[in-house]
Amino acid sequence: MSPNIFTLRPQGDRCLSIDFGHTIRLETGQLCLSAAATLARAQLQGVTDIVPSYTAVALYYTPGVELGGTDFGTLCAQVRETLNTELIQATTSARQVDIPVCYGGKHGPDLAEVAKKIGISEQEVIQIHTRPGSMVFGLGFSPGHPYIGVHDALFALPRRDVPRTAVPAGSVAIANCQSTIYPTLLPGGWHILGATPLKLFDLNRAQPSLLLPGDQVRFIAVSEQEYDQLAAQLAQVTA
Amino acid sequence: MTMRILKPGMLSSFQDQGRTGHQPLGVSVVGAMDQRAHRLANILVGNETDCASLEITITGPTLQFTQACCLALCGADLSPTLNGKPVAMNRPLIIRAQDELQFGAKKNGTRTYLAVHGGFAIPDVLGSQSTYLRSHFGGWYGRALKRGDEIPLQHPLKEFGSNGEGLDALAQALWSIKLYLPGTIAGSSRAQIRLIKSQQWEEFTPASHEALLSQPYRISPDSERMGYRLQGPDILMTTPRQMISEATTFGTIQVPAGGQPIVLMADRQTTGGYPKIAYVATVDLPLLAQMGPGDIMQFELVSLEAAQALDAARARAFIDLARALAPVRTLLLNH
Repeated sequence: MSPNIFTLRPQGDRCLSIDFGHTIRLETGQLCLSAAATLARAQLQGVTDIVPSYTAVALYYTPGVELGGTDFGTLCAQVRETLNTELIQATTSARQVDIPVCYGGKHGPDLAEVAKKIGISEQEVIQIHTRPGSMVFGLGFSPGHPYIGVHDALFALPRRDVPRTAVPAGSVAIANCQSTIYPTLLPGGWHILGATPLKLFDLNRAQPSLLLPGDQVRFIAVSEQEYDQLAAQLAQVTA
Repeated sequence: MTMRILKPGMLSSFQDQGRTGHQPLGVSVVGAMDQRAHRLANILVGNETDCASLEITITGPTLQFTQACCLALCGADLSPTLNGKPVAMNRPLIIRAQDELQFGAKKNGTRTYLAVHGGFAIPDVLGSQSTYLRSHFGGWYGRALKRGDEIPLQHPLKEFGSNGEGLDALAQALWSIKLYLPGTIAGSSRAQIRLIKSQQWEEFTPASHEALLSQPYRISPDSERMGYRLQGPDILMTTPRQMISEATTFGTIQVPAGGQPIVLMADRQTTGGYPKIAYVATVDLPLLAQMGPGDIMQFELVSLEAAQALDAARARAFIDLARALAPVRTLLLNH
């Protein structure tokens, strides 16, 4: 990796952040994921968590080199060396996850308004949203809560002026050319297009999170009847 | 074999060093707000590894023990009493079957940590015993303790040890162990909370820098484990701009558009997108954790290098203390 492609900065005394850009782009997100994977494989002393986001990777660490921890200067040198000498491709194409979504109706209270704001039909909103090629940039806000993008420029809607105090679990929503899915009942200001019956985070699974950073996501439109059937099947599996 | 909750107190939850390693999935670290007091309590009861302690907030619980055990109380002094008699903070204490531990008036601080020898017998979830209150998992059924809960202990004490000595003899032996706590562990009360500048520091107005470093800031009533909202002079950016969400840290001081800063604490969300003016030095986070709504703080700057040296010095002091208190561990393990 070219040395000029990233910059390092401290986030307080126990975290180092590596910046790869200043705008939300698919390529920058993939670069962050590649760097996170490379740094995880390097097993740098004292590092406890490696968290990729849209344009940066955060490395959390414990103090004291002689105590098995590290410090900012030491870690900077190791990060530079690791990223400049080896870079493994992130496994961005390894997993493709299909998300069934029931659009509109009671599950997607904002679909009509979104279509009107953009100036296209509801059917066209669904067509654009179900196009393949979206990626999970990262998870945050709550366990299993994904940030998926980047969608067509038509979806560049800012968040709602007044956020909802309670968005139901499974709601699929858009804002700023991205999608999110609410894992549980949460407050939220994104525009809700529909809902998926899938469980985003479940501690009974070996991997609790349905989605992982780097996953390719494809939304698949399903009818309300199919949604109900899927929900019933999933309820049986977990029962 | 259990600790019975007769009264739960304001907010009593199990917390350890935190649930690290799962932030990429959006799982908050949580853990003890005052990591210093939590760690000290564990060392005082001879725990070699990190076990969850009970984090007690302002109004303490009433607890009854059905079997003997060894516990320690560190952090806030909430006037603890055992069967009505005052007990010492920062000491290993022997508790006997049917003893009742109660808390009274708050003398100082906000959070007390109760650790027991061997730890509480509660499950690990994603590698930690910490209660994740907002997501309802970890700790004791993912929630704060309620009246009637009975928490099993991993290692209660027998009435008589392997050499036939009783609990009185054990208590006497523990009491006679010299305990010296260096300043970095005992917690000297500092007037100022130390801050490390963020990369965005220069983007804030000179008046904001001046205010943050000279004016008092008060902790607002809606402050809790997730974050402290501060009330004081506004902190403003010269040219306000949108930030891209990224990973957050314990002690980040973020500033929403309104200008009133928020310090992110143990239950912070893993990502956030507000501008950040500074970070609280890790060594001073315990001071913040022991403050509560209405308390006033003042800030001063510290260099990153100095903050890291202080942080490492405390970590070293804890290792030394654990070594010095090896006799406590031996006494308890042999009993």
